[in-house]
Amino acid sequence: MSAAERKIQKKSVSMPKQNPEVRIRNFNEVALGYNEEQALAEAERCLQCKNAPCIKGCPVEIDIPVFIKLIRERNFEAAIKKIKEKNSLPAICGRVCPQEEQCQKYCTLGKVGDPVSIGRLERFVADWERERGFNIPEIPASTGKAVAVIGSGPAGLTVAADLAKLGHKVVVFEALHLPGGVLMYGIPEFRLPKVIVQAEVDYIRKLGVEIRLNHLIGRTYTIPELLKRGFNAVFIGTGAGLPQFLNVPGENLSGIYSANEFLIRVNLMKAYMFPEYDTPIKVGRRVAVIGAGNVAMDAARSALRLGAEQVYIVYRRSREEMPARKEEIENAEEEGVQFCFLAAPVRFIGDDRGWVKQMECIRMELGPPDESGRRRPMPVKDSGFIVDADTVIIAIGRTPNPIIQCTTEGLAVTQWGTIVTDENGKTNIEGVYAGGDIVTGEATVISAMGAGKRAARAIHEYLTGKA
Amino acid sequence: MYPIVEKRVLASNIKSVKVLAPEIAEKAQAGQFVIVRVDEKGERIPLTLVDWNRSEGTISLIFLEVGVSTRKLGKLERGEAILDVAGPLGCPSEIRNYGTVCVVGGGVGIAAAYPIARALKESGNKVISIIGARTAGLLILEEEMGKVSDELYISTDDGTKGYKGFVSDVLKMLILKGYNFNLVYAIGPAVMMRAVAETTRPYKIKTIASLNSIMVDGMGMCGACRVTVGGKTKFACVDGPEFDAHQVDFGELIKRQMFFLPEEKLALEKWESRECCK
Repeated sequence: MSAAERKIQKKSVSMPKQNPEVRIRNFNEVALGYNEEQALAEAERCLQCKNAPCIKGCPVEIDIPVFIKLIRERNFEAAIKKIKEKNSLPAICGRVCPQEEQCQKYCTLGKVGDPVSIGRLERFVADWERERGFNIPEIPASTGKAVAVIGSGPAGLTVAADLAKLGHKVVVFEALHLPGGVLMYGIPEFRLPKVIVQAEVDYIRKLGVEIRLNHLIGRTYTIPELLKRGFNAVFIGTGAGLPQFLNVPGENLSGIYSANEFLIRVNLMKAYMFPEYDTPIKVGRRVAVIGAGNVAMDAARSALRLGAEQVYIVYRRSREEMPARKEEIENAEEEGVQFCFLAAPVRFIGDDRGWVKQMECIRMELGPPDESGRRRPMPVKDSGFIVDADTVIIAIGRTPNPIIQCTTEGLAVTQWGTIVTDENGKTNIEGVYAGGDIVTGEATVISAMGAGKRAARAIHEYLTGKA
Repeated sequence: MYPIVEKRVLASNIKSVKVLAPEIAEKAQAGQFVIVRVDEKGERIPLTLVDWNRSEGTISLIFLEVGVSTRKLGKLERGEAILDVAGPLGCPSEIRNYGTVCVVGGGVGIAAAYPIARALKESGNKVISIIGARTAGLLILEEEMGKVSDELYISTDDGTKGYKGFVSDVLKMLILKGYNFNLVYAIGPAVMMRAVAETTRPYKIKTIASLNSIMVDGMGMCGACRVTVGGKTKFACVDGPEFDAHQVDFGELIKRQMFFLPEEKLALEKWESRECCK
């Protein structure tokens, strides 16, 4: 039977997951990944389109049809090598990229059925390689140039890997005690196991990258000092790490966390293993999570696992406008997270110890679309109502970390505190580049990696005098 | 790893360690702090930079053993090392010649007051210091504070040393005696800083408090340390730790500091039972 005659399966091979009743009692990974047989069956669905529309949906331009073809041929080693030509963090991207918005959105098969599950296949070969030990590519002779990378999140790690593979000396400065940035402090274990993050970080170390922890650039060293200390270029990838609050009365009551605090305690500090680990977390019976993005879903699902009886998402718009990935919303619903749409808190009410016990919300209705293209929520008059909540998690977004901007004289910054760059990440200071959330505001892991790739290319050209 | 090169016991549960951390020593300024994580399972805790020696590359930290983290830190001996030390963090104190300055330190807060008093003295201020503790045996840095102060007053709650009463009582006495302070610094437990703020408020003496909120990252990311200052929410880690004491909502700070007390107690009990089985 020729390929043309072969009947293409319209449904993608589903990926096994932990049952909701079981998984809400643990922090183990929810999605279990394809086995070899499932991966081969899914790879078989790929049409191997000549024009490869999927590639244009990939911010790091992975040669998707080729790696899928290699999976089909059971040449997993070559498949992962193909991916790693472009992406040094495949096990991470295979798990947390919003593929439905990227590569899979353009998949030809998507017009007649499910698109090929490109992300799951990426994850499969990445895990296959990690379990067997990484292949380290040959690194060219040193160029004698040194680059300082600030921040070890997705953007910084990508820049570091790409420049190390070109023979530059790279030192990554990380402010926290573990490398990985948002991959470590933000995304929960049950979506992205931390051993996988550390394994991919170790791969980057094996490319020759040095990572210095506990270095807050702006305080330990400033950017002008780094340039003076012999670094020929600097890349700023400090992300969007500052929590936003609602600025309503009672928001500083105890029991009200920023999503960042909640997730840092749980993920980075492993508070879900308290008191074996020293950092505590306290979750009440009724938890309200304000906001409906991926971070809100992560916080809500973490709260359930920490023993909350009821967790509900409070969102000022409706279901259609929720910014979280569909997959994450489905996971949250399966686990029993409830949703309260078209409502917004206006005040938090505490007990005599200063602990939150209730919040007052108002009803919202949707008006005409705003500048984001989503319908603008408008308060309904006299619609206030009281909701019981003994824990509240504010997950309404994060803003750029200001410390570099404040300590780097002359660096051009927007009114929102993001750093101004050209399309290749070049800032207004010679030799200083930036990329990821610090330039765009809060976005995705893969878009930060895409920015990192472009910046690495530009830095390489700058260092080799081709710029 | 950050090796401990010297360790001293200052009082029954107050210890001082000198740690090799050249990059932090190079940059340290009065009023700043570090975040310390003792071991793999440890919390991140903020500790004030008490002293630093740029040529030796060392920093000094003083801590009261209250919970698991500080108890673990207290068990480390010379030659052993702290897993993580990050810093210097926070905004440095604004040091200039104000004229006559009163530096008030309470309990282990005296450790944080010391570098500020020293820097103020070096900038030409007349420095009057008031230090206090619950009892004489818990009073620390008396000699060091004496060296950087033009006058040093001592109080203890039980009267075992110096004036019987609180540091804020001594401050009140000095003001009534006619001391003209251009600035007052208050560093210690939140109740003490509130008492100092209330003492100076009627006299409109500018008063600065260095706040000891709960922190996790210490770099502006978590917001656990948020405090209300002048009706606005501020982060003690990056906007502070020093704020205008007359604007700080100390009641809120005190309540927020107590949020994890039951967990801290539980963790300590578990740790002690593990330790005694070793």
